[in-house]
Amino acid sequence: MNWSDLSEFFSMGGYGFYVWGSYVVTLVCIVGEILLISNRHRTLERQHGLIFDINRKRDNK
Amino acid sequence: MTPIFAFAAVILLVAGLYIGFFVAPTDFQQGEAYRIIFIHVPAAWMSMFLYVVMAFWAGIGLAFNTRLSSMFATAIAPTGAMFTFIALWTGALWGKPMWGTWWVWDARLTSELILLFLYIGFMSLQAAIDDPRRADKAGAIIALVGVVNIPIIYFSVQWWNTLHQGASVSVNQAPSMATTMLVGMLVMVLASWMYSIAVILKRTRVIILERESHTAWVAELQKKGTV
Repeated sequence: MNWSDLSEFFSMGGYGFYVWGSYVVTLVCIVGEILLISNRHRTLERQHGLIFDINRKRDNK
Repeated sequence: MTPIFAFAAVILLVAGLYIGFFVAPTDFQQGEAYRIIFIHVPAAWMSMFLYVVMAFWAGIGLAFNTRLSSMFATAIAPTGAMFTFIALWTGALWGKPMWGTWWVWDARLTSELILLFLYIGFMSLQAAIDDPRRADKAGAIIALVGVVNIPIIYFSVQWWNTLHQGASVSVNQAPSMATTMLVGMLVMVLASWMYSIAVILKRTRVIILERESHTAWVAELQKKGTV
């Protein structure tokens, strides 16, 4: 175990800014990408729902 | 449909980070700063590998006029661009403490930056063309032309006298890295593979539905509520 306590872990031997600056930005990119795709899927469903409803109303007349 | 790749990505990520931070020792030269390697190298490898896969499928789509191949290439680009950005970003944050500078016009860094521009060029070219089929063909051209940049990136550290270090891990010689560091890095590479597959396949499904939304089979899906 390299770290005796949490503060030592975050200081990362004095390089905390660089190490956590890298990991946090990477996390933001990955979470961002996942959110973008699921958002794209949801807008598709909403658009689709509209198209589908319109067709259904037209067919039921 | 169980998201196998997503689960694998999470498990490998946790394992990789654990090995990287709690098992791998402190580096005698770089201290703790070297732990950036656990995202810098996987991201750099993925940025190159995804570009080759993208160019391959774009080429297949162009040659055989197969729509799904082109859709797959379109789905790969954002993830490839993201990994390229991460490689450049983590590289800069690693370079500052070790080289004393965020950026230097070094052969490896510059060719990786060109790779980012190629990805952005591919995505914006495709977005600029309304007809998806024409956008696919145009994108395929830029993807195929840009493939020459991949060996340049990979061999840049041997061809030119670069500040960036040479390959510590290569196919034809034993890796010059401590075992636990290497294992941690390779587990993170596997995690980035699983993540890429999961995300790219998901984006491919969305692209297919977007392009085929006018068809009967998608309307059928909609009835069943499984779009």
